[in-house]
Amino acid sequence: MARAGFSRWATYRQAAVAGMFTNTVFGIIKLSVLLAVIDETGGTVAGYDHASLSTYVWVSQGLIAVVYVFGWSELALRVRTGDIAIDLARPVDLQLSWLATDLGRATYAIGARAVVPMVVGALLFGFAFPHDPTAIVLIAPAIALAVVISFACRFLVNLAAFWLVEVRGLITLYVLTMNLLCGLVVPVQLFPTWLKVVAYSTPFPFLLQAPTDLVTGQAQGWQAVGSVAAQLGWCVVLLGLGRLVLSRATEKLVVQGG
Amino acid sequence: MVELQPLGTAGRGDAVPSLLSAYVALVRSRLSAQMVYRGSFAFEVGAQFGIGFVDFAEIYVVFHQVSSLGGFSFAEVAMMFALTTCAFSMADMFVGHIDGLPNYVRTGQFDAMLLRPLSALGQLVTSDFSLRRLGRAMTGLLVLGAALVFTDIDWTPARLLLLVITPVAGCAIFCAIFVAAAAVSFWLVEGTEFANAFTYGGNYLASLPFTIFHVAVQRFFTFVIPAAFVAYLPTLALLGRKDPTGLPGWLCWSGPVAALIAAAAARLLWRNGLHHYVGAGS
Repeated sequence: MARAGFSRWATYRQAAVAGMFTNTVFGIIKLSVLLAVIDETGGTVAGYDHASLSTYVWVSQGLIAVVYVFGWSELALRVRTGDIAIDLARPVDLQLSWLATDLGRATYAIGARAVVPMVVGALLFGFAFPHDPTAIVLIAPAIALAVVISFACRFLVNLAAFWLVEVRGLITLYVLTMNLLCGLVVPVQLFPTWLKVVAYSTPFPFLLQAPTDLVTGQAQGWQAVGSVAAQLGWCVVLLGLGRLVLSRATEKLVVQGG
Repeated sequence: MVELQPLGTAGRGDAVPSLLSAYVALVRSRLSAQMVYRGSFAFEVGAQFGIGFVDFAEIYVVFHQVSSLGGFSFAEVAMMFALTTCAFSMADMFVGHIDGLPNYVRTGQFDAMLLRPLSALGQLVTSDFSLRRLGRAMTGLLVLGAALVFTDIDWTPARLLLLVITPVAGCAIFCAIFVAAAAVSFWLVEGTEFANAFTYGGNYLASLPFTIFHVAVQRFFTFVIPAAFVAYLPTLALLGRKDPTGLPGWLCWSGPVAALIAAAAARLLWRNGLHHYVGAGS
């Protein structure tokens, strides 16, 4: 199923080129703002300098398509059309099969969406390579866990379709909050304290900020280990919650189906 | 379906009023359709209002770290943000859904539009008139009000007029960018995201002081994509400041002219694109 997810996305090559172009344009604008900030503060802000800000921008821009920080309503659509009944009748676990498809999509996105913006950005604007061995080892697992957390959140939001007629507004609201708190727009380290507290009481910083921190050197040694452990914790909680809500939803579905 | 009887029953002699009434009927049907689920509609407007504030959060966080960005204060950058948000959200409401063109092409709906006695662009524009975007325009107006309180503007009749005209001209500029970007998708069918760089990217960029960008980016988004005319240049004129990037002062007042040129260019591009279009079947 992961392979099917991979090949389904691989069909759209023109879309991938267009996506990377847009991604790079947004990266340039984002970096311009952050570089203007360190111009004012005298070269560094919250532990970031020119090279690490550039790294933050290009790694996070590269990861947005991998982790998928956009609106996703495929599952909700299947609930609305009733196709979900067929999915539930299949002899595979609904949540895990969607997760496998999503991991396939993410693997494709690494090659098709992440590498080019990172390389182009790094060549044009500079790149700070990580040197902490613990952090380097944890980069790949942290990205994988971020994809799982992202999927678990999207799965949960989509399940709302069992109770609501129209989930578009809810998904918009979710994407909105998540985009701000995951460190997509500005690194979480730059937030005022109250907003930092709000962000870290949600799983969102572990979608984008946490894996990016391993590359930029913001998280090193035990801090890096702690961050990945927290990701693991969120995975368990959110996937578990997803299963719980799904079982509630299917009970209700059976009642309705008569 | 939309009732188009007035068009069918009208004689050929009064083609213009009947065309107009067809468009009015189209828009009216879209508007009433959105009002059917009132709760849902209210939620959508609220969500759009929220989107505006999340956009603004970036500027808020940045100014938590610094007291000026590229030589402009919080209130001045907020003003650029507000002017851009007003202009973009209105353009998004009027023509933003045109980025769904590749879908219409793929499903064949676009061919159906070409067969009808109305212009394809007119039908596309009236195909989905999202009132919920007004929520985002409200955010823009709110921030604009606050920014005007905190900036020191030497008001003259000319500046007052500029303040009123700027969101309108900005809206026209974004409409032109939307149409031009959609026209490009006649050539690049899978290239919707390519268009996003100029529409949504243009919105992001226009809301910031241009002094922070590389000179190549500044000039490209002034003379090729006229995003600088949406907020940055008019804000300079309102504040009575010279452009630190070295553009002449009269250019700061030229938003409406830039809008007209952009509209003409978009129209030309759309016509060429339509001419190039051969249908989804081939």
